[in-house]
Amino acid sequence: MKVSHWGHGGFTFTELIIQLVALLGIGLYVGAAVISSRHGRFRPWPRHRYICWILGMVCVTITIIGPIAHRAHSDFTFHMIGHLLLGMLAPLLLVFSAPITLLLRTVRVNTARRISRLLKMSYFRWITDPVAASLLNVGGLWLLYTTDLYQMMHHHLFLHILVHVHVFLAGYVFTASMIYIDPTPHRTSFVYRSTVYVLALAAHEILSKYIYAHPPNGVPSLQAEMGGMWMYYGGDLIDVMIIVVMFYQWYQSRRSLIRSRAKGQLVREG
Amino acid sequence: MTNREQLYKEELNSYYLNRNLWSGVLFGMGLIAFFDEAVFHQLLHWHHFYDRSTPGIGLVADGLFHAFSWFATVWSLFILAELRSKKVFWSKRWWAGVLVGVGAFQLYDGVIQHKIMRIHQIRYGVDILPYDLAWNISAGIILAIGLYLTARTKKGWEEMRGIAANEG
Repeated sequence: MKVSHWGHGGFTFTELIIQLVALLGIGLYVGAAVISSRHGRFRPWPRHRYICWILGMVCVTITIIGPIAHRAHSDFTFHMIGHLLLGMLAPLLLVFSAPITLLLRTVRVNTARRISRLLKMSYFRWITDPVAASLLNVGGLWLLYTTDLYQMMHHHLFLHILVHVHVFLAGYVFTASMIYIDPTPHRTSFVYRSTVYVLALAAHEILSKYIYAHPPNGVPSLQAEMGGMWMYYGGDLIDVMIIVVMFYQWYQSRRSLIRSRAKGQLVREG
Repeated sequence: MTNREQLYKEELNSYYLNRNLWSGVLFGMGLIAFFDEAVFHQLLHWHHFYDRSTPGIGLVADGLFHAFSWFATVWSLFILAELRSKKVFWSKRWWAGVLVGVGAFQLYDGVIQHKIMRIHQIRYGVDILPYDLAWNISAGIILAIGLYLTARTKKGWEEMRGIAANEG
């Protein structure tokens, strides 16, 4: 089946399913947040996290169905806008919405323990290391746009789905490996994360200029130029948000360090 | 004792003296990189997004530098926030750093990126020499003023520390 058959006229069955899945995702999150907030043990779930989750789900959905998704099959510029939403903005919003924290405080204690044991497995240490996450994320993009994968993706439905799922998951893992909102058992130092981050950002910028000059197979050069520039400037815009959060967390940790030192001094002097 | 003397005497140790400078340098680099992109790329259209004739090493160096300067802008402002929260921010020292950052970046851009790596030229279809001269000489002047201010603030700081130590 050719992927471009999607989305002609009204809602197809596939589109309906995707909408229902997205609504289910939003419903589950909101339900879990409301129910766990009623518990006396927890503080009410912050409002901005609801908003982040809903916007994140909307970003994912509009890259799969709707006008952007539809035009993405034939126009590389729209394909790139879709990828910015799916691989960068949606992951950032979803990381902000702290889904793991919500999950752990909603389920029973035993289940939560089992989940946190699962997250401590060495597989997650490996995959959430900034280097591995960057290779999966930006490395995957290099593979997609410098080989025939991009063209093949449009002729094989399975490959199409696989690439999009990868782009989203790799974007999520990459964002979560850089900024710590959810409980993260395997943390790395700030200097390590920021060094890897600058290199990953550079690889992303280099790729976008490379695409500008060397269109992927089957992409007209004008579309490749527009797509490359979207990738460069759009990527910058979302990346600067991640950088601000990284440094905000660094700043907060330094402040609390200084505060605890000052307290220690008072105790000693007293 | 004036506020500034107190600042020299008590809070502003050599660690914070250098942090004031570095915050400025990082901010200067980020600022001029942003200015370059906005004015020469997007408003004047003198530079190209990418001119296709750049060698690979130039493309890589450009990407790394862009990523770093983007990162550095945010970094510098969080250092500034930290300096202010500890009341050791010294604006003259910080501006010295900004000028060093701007001058050094422009000189690097003008000499290494434009002339050695040939990433792109300042402008296309014109005699490039006057542009290159104006670019690099102005960069040199900014850098020199920045270095002069850096040295002067360092000297002023040492003198004040000396007086404070003698009094103490």
